[in-house]
Amino acid sequence: MSFLNFAWNWLKSSAQWHGSSGIPVRILEHLLYSSVSLLVAALIAIPLGILIGHTRRGVFLAINMANVWRAIPTLGFLILMVILIGFATVVRIPVAVLIPLVALAIPPILVNTYEGVAGVDADLKDAALGMGMTQWQLVRKVELPLATPLIILGLRTAAIFVVATATIAAYVAAGGLGRYIIDGLAANNYAEVAGGAVVVVVLALAVQLLFVGVRRLVVPEGLRLQARASR
Amino acid sequence: MVWSWIPQNGTIIWQYTLDNLLLGLLPPLIGLAISVPLGIACARWRPLYPPALGVASGIYALPSLALFVVLIDYTGLGNVTVIIPLTLFSLCILLPAVVDGLRGVPEPVRQAATAMGFGPLRRLAQVELPLAIPVVNAGLRVAVVSSISLASLGQLIGVSSLGYFFIDGFQRDFPTEIYISLFLIILMALICDLLLVIAGRLLTPWRRDAGGISQAQTRAAEAVGQGAT
Repeated sequence: MSFLNFAWNWLKSSAQWHGSSGIPVRILEHLLYSSVSLLVAALIAIPLGILIGHTRRGVFLAINMANVWRAIPTLGFLILMVILIGFATVVRIPVAVLIPLVALAIPPILVNTYEGVAGVDADLKDAALGMGMTQWQLVRKVELPLATPLIILGLRTAAIFVVATATIAAYVAAGGLGRYIIDGLAANNYAEVAGGAVVVVVLALAVQLLFVGVRRLVVPEGLRLQARASR
Repeated sequence: MVWSWIPQNGTIIWQYTLDNLLLGLLPPLIGLAISVPLGIACARWRPLYPPALGVASGIYALPSLALFVVLIDYTGLGNVTVIIPLTLFSLCILLPAVVDGLRGVPEPVRQAATAMGFGPLRRLAQVELPLAIPVVNAGLRVAVVSSISLASLGQLIGVSSLGYFFIDGFQRDFPTEIYISLFLIILMALICDLLLVIAGRLLTPWRRDAGGISQAQTRAAEAVGQGAT
């Protein structure tokens, strides 16, 4: 397992853990890129997904968006944005990276939110309206809670995508953990590449675990009981 | 956009397109070959499925670049280093699709097949697997489209694909190459997607005249396929 030897030797060197290109700083950068873009994407995609799911307007758009989305090569999209927005100044690179990250995170969140809201049983909605709920109450008290498992799934898919794409963003001179892989490859320093890969893998798995936890917290208890019963 | 760049570089554009297509199509095909038997096993022996699904969703979360560089040490800077991670990703999408497809076969249908004298193997091959085709195909579409687009990342470790033009265009600050390459990758992915839709229809002729209900079932199945990723 020479890969692990390389990675371990690189990781245990204390030089890796200090300074502006140290692992803690890179992890923070990576998390910052990922969380900001995920947050912005969620603020756009969740309301839009609810709107489409509730009104059934724009369904065609939502479904086709999901199909085209996976076809977009992230590297090309990132590079194009950086070239178009310009990489002359330091301030602009994070912005140039954030735009594609947000754009790539929107479709999975939007489509899953839409599927979740649109998939709510028509009888349930009739019952809610029959009880005298307004449209707004129907959305907030019935459709949204029932859609949470799918919304969380959409956020998780988007997070996977964003964390992976933020790794590649190092290629266009952005920060984050991808720096070690890209710089190591460029300098033929396999120890750095291996160490960087290990940190990226650990971070990606940690983000996954985070979503398992969020799911526990956010999904209404009734739905969880139902899921357990049907298993 | 410099249009004259296209005819001037026709040969290499074609070559990289073919490389990209091969890198993108092999992984889902290998993934399918592995996930069908694995999915059958998981649908039969239920305790097998949750751990398999857990491992699959863990692998799916890993950035492909990290997997490429982990493998460099074992498989070098060749196609295999790109094909293995993409195969794993395909497998992560296809395994839940196969299991959900098989589990979605209605119990009465299964019992009818048994009553007609079908043994377990024949029932699997002639009833359960064909009925699972729509769900598996939905998964395959997702796997093929992602894989074609992800294949371009192989260029970061020097494995040739249309990603070459991204990197070259970046280094020369020449957007034309990037536009063409983006266009070709998305076009290729969408054409393959369309071909799979057609293949799915041809393979399931009984669904064509079934009308509304089976349409709704497909949509539900496709939602599951999306969700699995």
